[in-house]
Amino acid sequence: MKVDWTTFWPRVAESTGETITMVFFTLICGSIFGIIIGLLLFVTREKNILENKFVFQILNILINIIRPIPFIIFLVAISPLTRAVVGTTIGTTAAIFPMTIVASFSIARVVENNLVSIDPGVIEAAQAMGASPLKIIFTVLIPEALGPLILGLTFISVSLIDFSAVAGTVGGGGLGHLAMTYGYQRFDSSVMLVTVIILIVLVQLAQWLGNVLSKKFMRR
Amino acid sequence: MIAFKNVSKTFRLEKREVHAVQNVSLTIGEGEIFGIIGFSGAGKSTLLRLVNMLERPTEGTITIHGTDINKLSPKELRKRRSNIGMIFQNFNLFHSRTVAGNIAYPLKLAGWSKAKINDRVAELLSFVGLSDKAKDYPDQLSGGQKQRVGIARALATSPDVLICDEATSALDPETTADILRLLKKVNKEFGITVLLITHEMHVIQSICHRVAVMENGRVIESGDVFEVFTNPQHETTQRFIQSVQQDLPSENIMQEWRKRGGKKLYRVIFKGSITNDSVLSQVTQKHDVHFNIVYGSVQELQEKLFGNLLISFEGDTPKIQATISELASLVDIREVTDLES
Ligand SMILES: Nc1ncnc2c1ncn2[C@@H]1O[C@H](COP(=O)(O)OP(=O)(O)O)[C@@H](O)[C@H]1O
Ligand SMILES: [Mg+2]
Repeated sequence: MKVDWTTFWPRVAESTGETITMVFFTLICGSIFGIIIGLLLFVTREKNILENKFVFQILNILINIIRPIPFIIFLVAISPLTRAVVGTTIGTTAAIFPMTIVASFSIARVVENNLVSIDPGVIEAAQAMGASPLKIIFTVLIPEALGPLILGLTFISVSLIDFSAVAGTVGGGGLGHLAMTYGYQRFDSSVMLVTVIILIVLVQLAQWLGNVLSKKFMRR
Repeated sequence: MIAFKNVSKTFRLEKREVHAVQNVSLTIGEGEIFGIIGFSGAGKSTLLRLVNMLERPTEGTITIHGTDINKLSPKELRKRRSNIGMIFQNFNLFHSRTVAGNIAYPLKLAGWSKAKINDRVAELLSFVGLSDKAKDYPDQLSGGQKQRVGIARALATSPDVLICDEATSALDPETTADILRLLKKVNKEFGITVLLITHEMHVIQSICHRVAVMENGRVIESGDVFEVFTNPQHETTQRFIQSVQQDLPSENIMQEWRKRGGKKLYRVIFKGSITNDSVLSQVTQKHDVHFNIVYGSVQELQEKLFGNLLISFEGDTPKIQATISELASLVDIREVTDLES
C-alpha cells in the first residue's frame, strides 16, 4: 500500500523535526562532555601543563573502547542502561542518550587532535607571561583551536545525522524510522526518495553552517 | 641581577641522558645587554629557559635580585614571570587574537582595567611603530612586524628583564638590524636588562656589552665583548669571530702575493682610541721604512675602534727590526706564519 502524499507531508515534517531535535541535542550535550574530556585528555598528556598519567590513561582507554564499536551494536548493547536512565528505549529522547555517549567520545578525540596541533610555542609564551594552567585552557587552548574545532564538530554532526537514522530503524523516531516503516517495509520508493533527499539537504546545510562559522574563527 | 651558580640541566630520556647545560656560573648585571653565543645544540635555549623556570635545573641555583626562583611557589613564580619578558625565534603570537589583543594579553592576566589596557597598548604600539596594525591578525604581518608585536607584548607589564631566544634568527639581514636597533632602544630607554642567545656573531657584535660563548653545555669563554672580540682565547670563539671578520685574504690573493716575491707579513691589531693616532706612519717614517697594507679592516665595536691589518715592510732589515720592536710597544704586532702552505 502506497502512502497518500496529500496527507503524508505532515508526517515527513514531523520526522524531519525529530531528526533535527536528536542531532541538535546530541551535538549540544556531546560537545559539552566532549570538549571537557578532550581538554582533560590534552592537558594530562605527558609533559603537558597538568600532566597526570592516571587520568590520561583512563580517558584514553575509554575512548578506544567505545569508538570502534559500530553504532547499531552499541545502541542495542547499552539499551538496558538507556532504559534505566531515560525510562524507555523507544522514541527520540531514548535515541539521544546513546548518541550523546558516542558523540562525546568522538568529539573528545577531535578536540584533542585540534589541541595537539596548536604550536607548543604559543602555550609556552603564555606560561612565560605567567598564565596559570586554567587561564591557558580558557584563554589560549580554546580560542586557538576554535576554528578547526568547529570544522571537526561539523564533521561529527554530519555523522550524527547518520546515527539518528540508524537509531530510527530500531525504535528511535525521525527520518530513519519513516524510511524504515514506509519505505523499506512497505516498498514505497517515493518515501525512500523523499527521506534521502531531506537527509542530503540536512547534511549540506550542516556542512555549510560549519564552514561559515569556522571561517569566522579561523585567522590563518 | 641574574646569577647562575653551578647550574646543570640533564634531560633523562628513555635510553640516554642529555647534559644540555653543565656547571654554568654566570652573572648578568643590571641594565646590560648580555649575549650568549654557541652553535646549535650548545644548550643556549635550555640555559635561557632556566631563567623563567620553563625548565627546572637539575643542579645549582638561579637567583634574580637575590631570590632563588626555583624555590618560589607556583603562584609566586607566575607573578615573577610577569616581570620577565620573553621573545622567541618563531614569535609565538596568538593567532586567534589581533595585534592589540596579543599585547593586551599579559595585561589582562595581570588584572588591569580595560581603559588602562587600551592606553598601555596604544603606547606600546607606537613604541614599536605598529599603531596602524592594531586590528590586524598576526598572520597578516611580516616576520619583522611579528617580532615587533612580540617585543611589545613582552614589554607590556614593564618587566625588568627581557630574554630573547634567537629573536632575529628567522629574519632577513635588514629586518634583523631593525629589531636589534629596537632591542637597543628598549635597553637604553627603559634600562631593561636584556639576555639574548644567538648563533650569529654579528648580533653580539652589534648590541651586546658582554658575551658568553657556550659549547657542549658549558660556558667556555666570557667577558666584555670588546675584549673577547679582540683577544679570543678559545678556538670556537675564534671561529665565531672569523664569521663576521675575515682576517685572512683568500688563497688566490696569497698566491699572487707569493708570486711577487712575497715579503714577510705582520698582523697589527689596534684597539680602542689608538687607531685614531697615526702610529704606523709615524714609526715607519722615523725609521725610514715603508709599509704596505695588504689586507684588513677597521671596525667599530661598542663605540670603540678595532683594527686588524696585514702589513709588510720595505727597507733595510735592521731598520725593519727596529720599527717592529717600537711598534710592539704600542700595538699588538706579530709575524704571520700560518700563511705559508
Ligand atoms: N626537552 C628536551 N628533552 C630532551 N632533550 C632536550 C630537550 N631540550 C633540549 N634538549 C637537548 O639539549 C641539548 C641542548 O639543546 P638547546 O638548549 O635547545 O640548544 P641550543 O639552543 O643551543 O641549540 C640538545 O642536545 C637538545 O637535543
Ligand atoms: Mg635554541
